[in-house]
Amino acid sequence: MNSLILADISEGFWFPPAASTFAKQVDFLYYAILWISIIFFIPIVIAMIYFMVKYRQRPGYKGSPEALHNTPLEITWTVVPSFIAIWIFWEGAVGYLDMAIIPDDTVDVAVYAAKWNWNFKYKENGAESPILYLPIDKDIKLTMQSKDVLHSFFIPAFRAKRDVVPGRYHYLWFHPTREGVFDLFCTEYCGDNHSTMITKVQVLSDEKYKAKLAELVKEPEDIVERGKWLYERKACKGCHYAGTEGAKGPGPSYNGSWGKKVPLANGTEVTFDENYVKTSILNPMEAARKGYETASAMPSYKGQLKDEQIDALIAFIRSLESGPARPK
Amino acid sequence: MSAVTSPMTTTVASPDKSPEHHYLNHSSGFLSWALTLDHKRIGMMYLAGILFSFFLGGVFALAIRIHLWNPNLDPEAAWLSNATYNRVFTLHGAIMVFLFIIPSVPAALGNFLLPIMLGTKDVAFPRLNLGSFYLWVTGLLFFTYTLFSSGIDTGWTFYTPYSIESKSAVEAATLGVFILGFSSIFTGLNFIVTINTMRPPGMTWFKMPLFLWAVYATSIIQVLATPVLGITVLLLALERFIGIGIFDPALNGDPVTFQHFFWFYSHPAVYIMILPAMGIISELMSVHSHKGIFGYRMIAYSSIAIALFGFLVWGHHMFTSGMADVTTIVFSALTFTVSIPSAIKVFNWLGTMYQGTVALNTPMIYALAFIFLFTIGGLTGLFLGALSTDMHLHDTYFVVAHFHYVMMGGTLVAFLGGLFHWWPKMTGKMFNDTAGILSAAIVFVGFNLTFLPQFVLGTRGMPRRYASYVREFQQLHQLSTIGAMTLGLGLLVAGLVLLHSLFYGKKAPMNPWGGATLEWECSSPPPHDNFSSPPTVGDPYDFTSVEYDGKTGSYFKKKK
Repeated sequence: MNSLILADISEGFWFPPAASTFAKQVDFLYYAILWISIIFFIPIVIAMIYFMVKYRQRPGYKGSPEALHNTPLEITWTVVPSFIAIWIFWEGAVGYLDMAIIPDDTVDVAVYAAKWNWNFKYKENGAESPILYLPIDKDIKLTMQSKDVLHSFFIPAFRAKRDVVPGRYHYLWFHPTREGVFDLFCTEYCGDNHSTMITKVQVLSDEKYKAKLAELVKEPEDIVERGKWLYERKACKGCHYAGTEGAKGPGPSYNGSWGKKVPLANGTEVTFDENYVKTSILNPMEAARKGYETASAMPSYKGQLKDEQIDALIAFIRSLESGPARPK
Repeated sequence: MSAVTSPMTTTVASPDKSPEHHYLNHSSGFLSWALTLDHKRIGMMYLAGILFSFFLGGVFALAIRIHLWNPNLDPEAAWLSNATYNRVFTLHGAIMVFLFIIPSVPAALGNFLLPIMLGTKDVAFPRLNLGSFYLWVTGLLFFTYTLFSSGIDTGWTFYTPYSIESKSAVEAATLGVFILGFSSIFTGLNFIVTINTMRPPGMTWFKMPLFLWAVYATSIIQVLATPVLGITVLLLALERFIGIGIFDPALNGDPVTFQHFFWFYSHPAVYIMILPAMGIISELMSVHSHKGIFGYRMIAYSSIAIALFGFLVWGHHMFTSGMADVTTIVFSALTFTVSIPSAIKVFNWLGTMYQGTVALNTPMIYALAFIFLFTIGGLTGLFLGALSTDMHLHDTYFVVAHFHYVMMGGTLVAFLGGLFHWWPKMTGKMFNDTAGILSAAIVFVGFNLTFLPQFVLGTRGMPRRYASYVREFQQLHQLSTIGAMTLGLGLLVAGLVLLHSLFYGKKAPMNPWGGATLEWECSSPPPHDNFSSPPTVGDPYDFTSVEYDGKTGSYFKKKK
């Protein structure tokens, strides 16, 4: 992951790299409005400074106090900007319709947004991943849903954005044109760790994409590895930090807790063991921990995880027994 | 009285000889302020409260910028935790919007000036006016409670469903907003009635100062739009208390409905914030250019046009929210209609300077800074009104920069300009002009340094409301933070200049700038009753007979 962080630094002054077909129209319109703005702004500032100097109050100078009024001039500076505004609107709407109308024959990916991570499920073979892998030069269609609150899916390099609203499906399509790794952000404020709800999108050649999907579909054999694999895909990672990451998450960290007594919100204590972990997954608020009263409530995973998956998660959490215990 | 109001008399009463009677020394004691019905005292109390709120919001703003000096990729090492950061930016936004910008010009300057500009003794409903003030104070108390309980972490927009499940003090904050809404409605109502019924004989609609046109347009929005905000936050509170299932998707509600409700108020509210600022600029440009305003009617009509169009464009806050495509396109088209009246105003203000006698003093420098900054704010709105570019820029720092250019570079700078302009009238003291200009210059530089980099952050894809960010954004964030410190320094200087004038300022003459509106025809500060006899109303922008009297340091109107 860390090696990917610096992968898509902006190449120009204004924009990240252009990696989808939308970029051409968006960037064109952006630069067009930029130049229109400059063409308006520079004369306004020049006039302002010129008037400041030329008509400044000074001994021996007295300007005219009469109010001026010039109908042709006023009509000009109303009508000309109006036509320019209509053109900008028109270009914007045309570009928007391209983004809104989803073509046929797409590569379909389901997007699951939850506090605070992204999970992607590929229609081709049912594989899941926390990083979005896409084939180059294909029309991609995302079917997005949120498990909890509003999120917004944004890939700056693709110039593509759409809110993800709970209770609805929202669709987004685009056509990647460039291989590489790009940032993927959540841009609708969604609570405590909104700013960590970021991941990467990797655009691959067709063969590499197929190989990646084949690799992704396999759950790891080893039970601890499988637990970690699930931890990254089932939205645990957004709140509960494990391993080398910090312990100050919205939820309790797993590091070094196994087997110890932990305090609960109801004033009692409980041993951090298999039963506690299982209860916390299925009925999270039943064993809510002390010190997390103002944190967002954890949703229940009842019906979303198989027993053997819960076992794997338990094995993974147990493997962090001797992890770096950091006091809260 | 007459000796003071007629500057032709060479023996204007000097303050040290005969102690002058004015609204500040009319009566004394705590209750004489707390229970006052005098619009001037109410205006001054608002001013004090609003400046306090601004200070509070400013402290949060600086906390945001200090926190963002580092990318904070390791939450352990960050100055603020993510949860704290979210509370800080929410309180910054909520305090600045609801407690500062919305009441700033109308409630503080408007209250003080509106009756005097109309040549009357007070507003139509002085008791309601005091009631508005106490509602505002109650709202402030609710926010203070929020601050000292679990904070508020929903963003000032209270978007559902997060605001339904948030464990922060959403109820207190929304009730605060509800109460502040009533304060705003009552003020608006009061001003509408006052302007409609209490204009003096001779002051027809088109002889009204443009500041009053702007306040009038603002009041209409306040009265029509604010009730929608009230019902929205009330429904949100009900959703939290008893789960009525309007906004909560878990109960078959629709979170996007909340956004429609919220922006139906909050977009017009943007014009509640900017229209009075435009009114101030119309006054400042004209008075300090010593020249009649260019295209009076166009400015007056454009205020009303902005107020009306402002009701039809709320959807542009929701271009990515999944509205129907046709709706989205219609909202984009409507959005561009608001750009035109704003552009007209800028051209008219420049036209006012043409061939005038431009006094480059503190209020005018602030007004010129406003034109520079507001023009950038307006032009960058074009990028956001156009749909395809908005798909990229929505909810990024580009938006943050854009609305700060309009709200802060626009409204705040105009408010400061207006404050310096009417300060001599309000307090009876002149401030140090050189130091005032210095403050304007620091504010101007600091402001641009803070927010220009944010446009670039936005186009490069930096999302809003992030407590941490990917490393490539760090340099721009650091520039912005340096700018924010500079801006804070500039505002501090402005505050000190005003404070200094209270103690050491020279006594202000009746008409230090050469204004032709009625507030310059009563003494500084005005007497309790404003005018002993109703003043004669003329053209508010007729500067042909306004002349300077070197002996009193005041301008006066030459009798024709």
